Amino acid sequence: MNTPISWLKAYVPDLDVPVEKFVEDITMSGSHVESYEKKDKNLEKIVVGKIEKIERHPDADKLIICQVNIGADAPIQIVTGAPNVKEGDMIPTVLDGGKVAGGHDGGPLPENGIKIKKGKLRGVESFGMMCAIEELGSSRELYPEAPENGVYVFPADADVKPGDDAIEALGLHDAVVEYEITSNRVDCFSMVGMAREAAATYGLPFHPPVVPDTVKGGDVLNYASVEVEATDLCPRYCARVVKNLKIGPSPKWMRERLAAQGIRSINNLVDITNYVMEEYGQPMHAFDLDTVAGHKIVVKRAKDGDTFVTLDGQERTMDSGVLMICDGEKEIGIAGIMGGANSMVTDSISTLLFEAACFDGTNIRLASKRIGLRTDASSKFEKGLDPNLALEAINRACQLVEELGCGEVVEGVIDIYPNPVDPWELPFEPEKMNRLLGMNIPESTMLEYFDRLGLTYNKETNQLVIPTFRQDLHCMADLAEEVARLYGYDKLPSALPCGEATVGKKSFEMLVEDIVRDVCENNGFSGGMTYSFESPKVYDKLLIPEDSELRKAIVISNPLGEDFSIMRTVSLNGMITSLATNYNRRNKDARLYEIGNIYIPKALPLTELPEERKKLTLGMYGEGDFFTMKGVVEELFQKLGLYQAFTYNPQGGYPFLHPGRQAAIQKGEDVIGYIGQLHPEVVDNYDMKGEAYVAVIDLPMLASLATFDRKYEGIAKFPASTRDLSMVMDKSIFVGQIEEIIKKHGGKLLESYNLFDVYEGEQVGAGKKSVAYSMTFRAKDRNLEANEVNAITDKIVEALKKLGVELRG
Amino acid sequence: MKEKLQAIQADAIAKIEAANDLDALNEIKVNVLGKKGELTQVLKSMKDVAPEDRPKVGQMVNDTRSAIEEKLEAVKKDITKKQREEKMKNEVIDVTLPGTMHMKGHRHPNQIALEELERVFIGMGYEIVEGPEVEYDRYNFELLNIPANHPAKDEQDTFYITKDILLRTQTSPVQARIMETGRMPIRILAPGRVFRSDEVDATHSPSFHQVEGLVVDKNITFADLKGTLEQFAREFFGPETKIKLRPHHFPFTEPSAEVDVSCFKCGGKGCRMCKGSGWIEILGCGMVHPKVLKDCGIDPEEYSGFTFGIGLERVALLKYEIDDMRLLYENDMRFLKQF
Repeated sequence: MNTPISWLKAYVPDLDVPVEKFVEDITMSGSHVESYEKKDKNLEKIVVGKIEKIERHPDADKLIICQVNIGADAPIQIVTGAPNVKEGDMIPTVLDGGKVAGGHDGGPLPENGIKIKKGKLRGVESFGMMCAIEELGSSRELYPEAPENGVYVFPADADVKPGDDAIEALGLHDAVVEYEITSNRVDCFSMVGMAREAAATYGLPFHPPVVPDTVKGGDVLNYASVEVEATDLCPRYCARVVKNLKIGPSPKWMRERLAAQGIRSINNLVDITNYVMEEYGQPMHAFDLDTVAGHKIVVKRAKDGDTFVTLDGQERTMDSGVLMICDGEKEIGIAGIMGGANSMVTDSISTLLFEAACFDGTNIRLASKRIGLRTDASSKFEKGLDPNLALEAINRACQLVEELGCGEVVEGVIDIYPNPVDPWELPFEPEKMNRLLGMNIPESTMLEYFDRLGLTYNKETNQLVIPTFRQDLHCMADLAEEVARLYGYDKLPSALPCGEATVGKKSFEMLVEDIVRDVCENNGFSGGMTYSFESPKVYDKLLIPEDSELRKAIVISNPLGEDFSIMRTVSLNGMITSLATNYNRRNKDARLYEIGNIYIPKALPLTELPEERKKLTLGMYGEGDFFTMKGVVEELFQKLGLYQAFTYNPQGGYPFLHPGRQAAIQKGEDVIGYIGQLHPEVVDNYDMKGEAYVAVIDLPMLASLATFDRKYEGIAKFPASTRDLSMVMDKSIFVGQIEEIIKKHGGKLLESYNLFDVYEGEQVGAGKKSVAYSMTFRAKDRNLEANEVNAITDKIVEALKKLGVELRG
Repeated sequence: MKEKLQAIQADAIAKIEAANDLDALNEIKVNVLGKKGELTQVLKSMKDVAPEDRPKVGQMVNDTRSAIEEKLEAVKKDITKKQREEKMKNEVIDVTLPGTMHMKGHRHPNQIALEELERVFIGMGYEIVEGPEVEYDRYNFELLNIPANHPAKDEQDTFYITKDILLRTQTSPVQARIMETGRMPIRILAPGRVFRSDEVDATHSPSFHQVEGLVVDKNITFADLKGTLEQFAREFFGPETKIKLRPHHFPFTEPSAEVDVSCFKCGGKGCRMCKGSGWIEILGCGMVHPKVLKDCGIDPEEYSGFTFGIGLERVALLKYEIDDMRLLYENDMRFLKQF
């Protein structure tokens, strides 16, 4: 929403604050100003100049020398290349030391304008410059009388004389303020509404237009009839008729106001409908009554598949949800969106029918979306207009028709309004409002604010009467906001909630997450963040089989594109993509972790919310290998009281991991995650090279197992016995299997074991590896006898032999 | 005898003083005080001294011994000190060489900002809670006074899964979920991921984070909201920070406000960061709408509450002067390393 200050002043004559202050004040009273533009920015020392005499430049064909009367004793000399001037013309003229806003080409305006100084043009002195409209920061859009090429010449009927302020004469001493109006304040999408706000902000008198009323029915019924079939979509339809039309230009004041709104003047009739739409926020439509078959308007739903040619010449397909304006035979307009080409107003029009209606906002919004046509009118209707606006607006339009002398208004109005909306009442509850605000604003002050806003107070009943244009006021809290915003949010006191104390805390799961982050970062992994939605192609990239459960993902019905169309069921894609980004930007190493959800549907299509599982995903390339990654995971488990709680099962069968370098991380049969080197084909699919490692841990499961309970076990008092085992075995035997045996047979006396050597190579033979463990035995209550330890060791050795391990030394 | 002792002492002291290292000292010690040393020899010759003189001579020998030992000790100390100093002279290092750092990872800037927020609000008695990211329309809209066909639904450009299930557009549904439990008083902070169908650019992302605060109790006022946010702003942006509440509209709060903080870069004088205004918009807030309270099963006549929602990325971008939101989701190590 934009308002020129000058237009607001038409209704709030006492409004007299610099625009810089106005924008702050009106923002603080609730109409947030997004920006403002001073029309006279960088326009300095610009007066009306009258060309007294023109001579040819002696040394330049394209230049002329003008003697310009600027209202001073003597004329000044200005050299110009403007092709369109003649003696006697009145022209905006910038004097020596003045400023203009921009260049004559109409390009972007420089921040500080352009300084104009006297100088010589091809040897002839020039003491100023005559201005094109573009140099004044405006355009031919807004000043259609300006020439395409050349300086602006005031029209012959302009009331100007040499030496006048040219900027004033052009109506450029103004500012246009742009507001961000919130969706609840439909009334503020109009000049009258914003003027009411401006007046309320300062407590100034507010003078909306005074519009003469007319009779319901009356003479108009002899010209036209209206029938509303779809009353659910059209709560009100007003129509009036104007005859003996005289189409012509609008007066300057109206053109200027429309110009300031960026609306180009067309003719008096079109300008009036646009003007009323800006003034009241009520869109209007004009039909050439002679083209309306049977002079009858019918408001009804379209039929599915109807095609209709709109004003812009486009053929559009309708459906039964679209409301149409029809005549006795055919469709002539899409209600509230755009009129039809078949009833378009042309210069030959003699009788017109004005429409001011109220259409269901939601239906307009949805219909305009479906048709793919959003207009100024539809964007106003879709906010849900006050039906009581329609009559006032149509009467205002007719008033302007008479004022501008562009036709004869036929007496009476056709007003189809089966369920009138009346003002409603709310109790005046000052103490409740003060309690909600934490304030002590006097009752009288509150009532004064309400008065400014157009609410009336009935002392007898203690009720406030809410005018229908304030569709947002329905309860005490709504009224409290009105009080607070006019009182000033900045003047509200500050307090802190008192009452029952609460404990500030994080959940156990969150504490576990904090530790996860610390461990990752301590190991060189940085926190990353990736999207929750991705492309279904991800599954192919990750080599996930066609029939995998993982492919059963939630599909977004209106995604931004296929690349963001499913909710991830695997957390790897984002991570690998990030690794690839780093790789392709030639970062030598990358170590990343992310904590984020995957989304597992319970049924598809969704009938209930999916299971969201938080996953820790680690990824790295560069320095380090599988065991670097495993070290991080193990450190994490250790920190969470889960030292050696998990086993690493090489038979996880993860398709996206290297088949010989992967493990499911398990506690018994339960899989808490996996770890491995990315399958080389996956690495390829992500446009990377070399080895990359990932690990994924299920955080809810981790949190359910994690414990911070630690019990002191005492420091060993009795000596330990150690035994070393050195063995050779097939490469296919995993040390995990050996450790299982050591743990199983080591019993209570086995305090710890430690793998201290693994070797593969010529000395042990092909397909073999040698492994060495050191085992420590200790009893808490006595010295261990050598034969006790030997007996245990023997059992371990025996079991190892059964596994096919050959003991050495 | 006395002369002999004096001679030994003088000789020994002279030698000690001349000694340059600990070995030399030790040799002197052995030669004089050792089993076969000069002084020991004197002691051995005590048998030739008349018995009545023996105590006196013994005393003399002991004195001599003490004197020599004392000297030995003193010189030994000197030499040790000198040697240590000499050694340290050769151990001088270039302390301006870089320190050895263990390679550490870095917290994501969003996460740092979040933890900072959580710290502030936990200190004020808020419990951190989470809610689902895939959410029912009922919680995301309906219970928040955004009924079917409300234009706000369009404004928020929602990703839908089914007619009733969507990707939450805000963290506010957590409010409704918490209020529905009926547990009073409520003082929560709900951070989380939200989704809106905005194309990716320097200031937009289809997925971002909000942090929602909610307080419901008896006698909670708009002034409490203002005071709470002031406290937060000072803790989070610095003790000099001021806030400005501007009237605004959200369907689920009444009265509602948008909140600006005084620019933490220029302190309010106006700079590029605050686009010259001295203020930076930081969050939306308001008093919980009585209809929302009622629909969530709380009597608005008895209870009132306030709520606020902070755009986490926005805060992180501002706080760390990051000029492009896409950086937050690219995970380039060169970016992450700076936090």
